[in-house]
Amino acid sequence: MSSIQSELDRPPVEEARFSFSNHLYEWVSTVDHKRLGLMYIVTALLFLVIAGIMATVIRLQLAFPNGHVVDPDTFNRLFTMHGTTMVFLVGMPFVAGLSNYLVPLMIGARDMAFPRLNAFGFWIFLFGGFLLYFSYIGGSGLSGAGSAPDVGWFAYAPLTSRAFSRGASTDYWILGILVAGIGSIASAINVIVTTISMRCPGMTLSRMPMFVWVMLIDSWLIIIALPPLSAAQIMLLVDRFLGGNFFNTQSGGSAVLWQHFFWIFGHPEVYILIFPAFAILSEVIPIFSRKPIFGRPAMVGAVASIGFISLGVWAHHMFAVGMTSWSNTFFTASTMLVGIPTGIKIFNWTATMYGGKLRMATPMLFCCAFLFQFLIAGLTGIMLATGPFDWQLHDSYFVVGHFHFTLVAGLVFGLFAGLYYWFPKVSGRMYNESLGKWHFWLFIIGVELTFVPMHFLGFLGMPRRIYTYAPDRGWNFWNLLATSGLIFQLPATLIFVWNMVHSAIKGEVAGDDPWDAWTLEWTTTSPPPEYNFETTPEVRSSRPLWDIKNPNDPDWRFE
Amino acid sequence: MDAVLTGSAPPRKEEWALPDRGTMGIIFLIVTETALFTIFVVAYVVYIGKSLSGPFPKDVLDLPIVASICLLSSSATIVFAEMALKKHRLGLFKLWWLATILLGLEFLISTGLEWQKLIYEDHLTVSTNLFGTTFYSLVGLHASHVIVGMAFLILVMLVTLFGFPIETQERRVKFLSWYWHFVDAVWVVVFTVVYVIGR
Repeated sequence: MSSIQSELDRPPVEEARFSFSNHLYEWVSTVDHKRLGLMYIVTALLFLVIAGIMATVIRLQLAFPNGHVVDPDTFNRLFTMHGTTMVFLVGMPFVAGLSNYLVPLMIGARDMAFPRLNAFGFWIFLFGGFLLYFSYIGGSGLSGAGSAPDVGWFAYAPLTSRAFSRGASTDYWILGILVAGIGSIASAINVIVTTISMRCPGMTLSRMPMFVWVMLIDSWLIIIALPPLSAAQIMLLVDRFLGGNFFNTQSGGSAVLWQHFFWIFGHPEVYILIFPAFAILSEVIPIFSRKPIFGRPAMVGAVASIGFISLGVWAHHMFAVGMTSWSNTFFTASTMLVGIPTGIKIFNWTATMYGGKLRMATPMLFCCAFLFQFLIAGLTGIMLATGPFDWQLHDSYFVVGHFHFTLVAGLVFGLFAGLYYWFPKVSGRMYNESLGKWHFWLFIIGVELTFVPMHFLGFLGMPRRIYTYAPDRGWNFWNLLATSGLIFQLPATLIFVWNMVHSAIKGEVAGDDPWDAWTLEWTTTSPPPEYNFETTPEVRSSRPLWDIKNPNDPDWRFE
Repeated sequence: MDAVLTGSAPPRKEEWALPDRGTMGIIFLIVTETALFTIFVVAYVVYIGKSLSGPFPKDVLDLPIVASICLLSSSATIVFAEMALKKHRLGLFKLWWLATILLGLEFLISTGLEWQKLIYEDHLTVSTNLFGTTFYSLVGLHASHVIVGMAFLILVMLVTLFGFPIETQERRVKFLSWYWHFVDAVWVVVFTVVYVIGR
């Protein structure tokens, strides 16, 4: 006993004032969901910058006819790495990072269900990212051909066979994505189990914040849709290393089967990517309209039905491949069906704003822009879902314009809304509002300039992924216009980075609840302590913080 | 904070109980593994009868009756082991656990012998034809899951033999048993597709 007592009486060891190695050790060895969430988001932002630079080079190459900014092989690598990075190393870690940071805070939990699995997921994901980028160094392999992968982000067979993809670059593509996928699945299982098993007392499913609902269904999509990609990639590895015949047409294999398997993953994947934006909008719009979200059950139902319908629409990426007319009809119809729940969501967000007391702070501006731009992206999606229309515009710049409108004008706008909205919670300080507005206006002008002309280029017949074009095609003006959007996007991004970094150090102290919000993460300090909440919160309604602030008119009276 | 958050709300009547996180974790692991296997099974079914050259399944495949009986009955023995553990009858637990391991081992050995025959006598390898590619991939993916299960089964056996109080880990034994049931259920599908429909 006495030895224990003497240990307790011993004064704590003086800590060094600031030691880089201590800090590094703390971050590398952490299992705290907030730190891991931040690491995911910072990694995603870094990869976003890398892939953004690639996009800049691609646009410079296409700015003028007969361009020679890079050589054709480099161009192929650029669009492959740009697409792969954006989907797997930017979109996926944003999903994991946002849900890691926010889900436990929003449901009043101390941490995720499996903190160590969480750390494993992050590090294996990062390793996958490094593996993909290591191809720039090691991709030549022993045969000395090829560097980074150049097979496109969906890597169609038979281009990926040994005969057409020599060297090891395609193997780095397969292994990097396979390994990063393990991390995504680990993190998705963690989010699902956390949501099911770790909610604080009183937090029933009907009171759970919309953000958590959307991320729950997002994670469900990940664990269903990602394994098909892993399976197809394992088959491709068998083909490439063991001489298998899965996608080898000379032995009776089918190249189309790869397309099916890839898009069984690939189409749910685009919903996996856009869901964080849905989740963020469903939190930000009510707070900045001073109204609870309109039609909450319909909202949850819409997200859940997207979570199921999107599993059955994959072959709309393959209308031009020559399927039976019955398949074409089925996939046209099922794709149109997704328009219904998506429409419900747009209507409900708009109805939330209708009659509300709107505060046009930066997060809300991004949300409003999202509504308009995502609507246009959805409408071009309905156009492309029509088989005969798709035959005309398949693999054209119209498709490029469509999915960049969903992912940049949609997802990225949603992400910026979320980053600005939760910045005071994460850093404890307020960002600079006027810089935020500058960022918004420059960025929206740049995005419209870059991506609207792509639709017209598609109508004019410009195929995607071409290296360059002749001056007499009538594409010069629109291409130059698309590239000129960079003049606005680049400074906007720099302003954003400066705003985040500078405000995190020197910004005004924000306080616990700068937005007068209603969900649990705003009840704790900014930034939240490692233990999140001093005592386990107990909730009575879907707006627990509203109940505290308005004891005379609490929400639970109406539930 | 408790009092602050609830304000003047009436006290909660119902007990707050949520599902166990380990149980949920293993369930969703099985869900995601099912998605993985589904694609391999689909690939196998799509390529049935598409091989351009022999050997063909009907010429070289024999029904692995004994191995299948062994693997499926190991699902029963592991349940008996669990029940013994629940009653704290450790000797009985070890016995049933050992039986499970031996049955799983017999399955792996007979798969190995089958592959040896296919490779050396029938000259069917993963690169011979579509049947070889899909057969070795699907059966191999399943066998690799059996091996992972075996590794954990043996781990539990070893720590128990070295005196670790396994009765404190009833939950984890249950999760391992669920995984083992899953591997067995997959074998039912693989057996049906490869040896019944595919032949």
